[in-house]
Amino acid sequence: MLKMIEISKTFHPGTINEKKALTGINLDLKDGDFVTIVGSNGAGKSTMFNTISGSFIADEGLIELDGRDITFEPEHQRSRYIGRLFQDPLMGTAPNMTIEENLAIAYLRTAKDPTAIFSRISRKEKDFFRERLALLNMGLEDRMKNPVGLLSGGQRQALTLLMATLVTPKLLLLDEHTAALDPATASKVLELTKQIVEEQHITCLMITHNMNQALDMGNRTLMMDSGRIVFDVEGPERAAMTVDDLLHKFAENAGQRLDNDRILLSGHH
Amino acid sequence: MAGFITTEIVQTALETGLIYSLVALSLFISFSILDICDLSTDGCYTLGCAVGAVTAIAGHPILALFAAMGAGICSGFITALLQTRLGVPSILAGIIVNTGLYTINLAVMGFSSNLSVFGVDTVFSLIKEKNASPFWADWHKLIFLLVLLLAICLLIWWFMGTRLGLAIRATGDSPAMVRASSINPAQMITVGLCIANALTGLSGALIGQYNKSCDINLGTGMVTIALASLIIGETISGKRSMLGRILCVVVGSCLYRFIVSIALRLNVPTEAFKLVSAVIVAIAIATPQIRTLIDSYKKRQAAIAMRKQYQKGGNR
Repeated sequence: MLKMIEISKTFHPGTINEKKALTGINLDLKDGDFVTIVGSNGAGKSTMFNTISGSFIADEGLIELDGRDITFEPEHQRSRYIGRLFQDPLMGTAPNMTIEENLAIAYLRTAKDPTAIFSRISRKEKDFFRERLALLNMGLEDRMKNPVGLLSGGQRQALTLLMATLVTPKLLLLDEHTAALDPATASKVLELTKQIVEEQHITCLMITHNMNQALDMGNRTLMMDSGRIVFDVEGPERAAMTVDDLLHKFAENAGQRLDNDRILLSGHH
Repeated sequence: MAGFITTEIVQTALETGLIYSLVALSLFISFSILDICDLSTDGCYTLGCAVGAVTAIAGHPILALFAAMGAGICSGFITALLQTRLGVPSILAGIIVNTGLYTINLAVMGFSSNLSVFGVDTVFSLIKEKNASPFWADWHKLIFLLVLLLAICLLIWWFMGTRLGLAIRATGDSPAMVRASSINPAQMITVGLCIANALTGLSGALIGQYNKSCDINLGTGMVTIALASLIIGETISGKRSMLGRILCVVVGSCLYRFIVSIALRLNVPTEAFKLVSAVIVAIAIATPQIRTLIDSYKKRQAAIAMRKQYQKGGNR
């Protein structure tokens, strides 16, 4: 499915601010894998997502998706089959456009016909959007003409999730997408994520700072530190793991850096 | 009052307002929708006028309109190319193109700073010939411009509802969302600026045939004037639908021309207009900030008053 081979990325090379963000990342995802990723701030989690999504090109290494080399493909082309959600719920939607218009743009990804860009939103599409919005259970299906800017953060994040999966992506990248939401909304969005990912059988990578979530969700967990994947667990070994075990693993790798990290705060619930 | 504001004045204000509204619509696309300040407007407007005038003098007044739009598209394409592919900041890209266009415009006009379009057919004279009635002789320009503008407004409205139009709107609204939706923002900016500058060029060609002349300095300050019209239009439109907003831009431009006509009647010298437009734009754009400042001043005053009250209460 997704294959990363010896991916490295250094910021500001040759200067005093040089930072090796990724150093030789190797990763091989199976079809339908749901992988949770933990790691302290600056471990390279988001940088890894950025190289996968094409926000920037890796310095070294290859990225393959479904057997196709996408290492140098620009971001807007990769986004045809890679969906992405950010921590900031305001990033994935256009606030001054209506819910319907936002969905129409997300749906444009399917269009293969070059004249499709001159088509307007059809009744059939409206019905389809309404149907999908209803699945969110937030009453958004009755507000399709409202500008997205009027929605709450949780509603916007749920809408972004719907937009990213409206056309089933090959890969879904979730970058702490519930971290900025209040606990109740966060669990609702998380529940929706689980449901949509399962139904559409999407291969998924999820960054989280919540150790419970990291073990609860998905079938595989990665731990990153200093631009490397330092721990990779799945199957029975993962099933037997507790939050304490994971934190322990974390302390081993991160050493005293752990002290001032918010992982400590979110680890125990 | 009837003597002060004659039909003729209203008519001229409407006619020029409609022609200028094309530039306001151009800025509606680049400034309001794409969130880009396209400062090549001045030069592009003159370019449209020059290309239109030269083509009309050659005997093709209708082709002149399309030629001017084509020239506008080229100008917009270069502005877009500079900012999307070559990393030139968007404001600078407009200024660079604007400067370059001065020479191009002179070249188009055969290196003379003035062209006269007298004695040749214009779109207006062609339309006038269609009917011999005195009513038509008086009103043909206004009717033609009204029909043209209505058609253009409807076309822009229709376009903004297509996938491409939606993608252009989203590019100005949320670039991150656009990239995540497999749309290339650079392409959308290019398409948007080409359309916007086509409208600017068309406006220039129309004004050239309307005034029967073209001057190298015609476009100076055009961007501010069009912004003033746009802001007046956006203020009256408020939170209306897309079509409402587009039509209000045209209304705003006519209103602006109307204000100018009244000023002319009051013998305000024409030289003062640019300063007046500049002041209108500055005030209009600064209004939200001024409102915030006044608000925070009021809150401070209220807090001071409250503190005084509180201290009095404490001393008792």
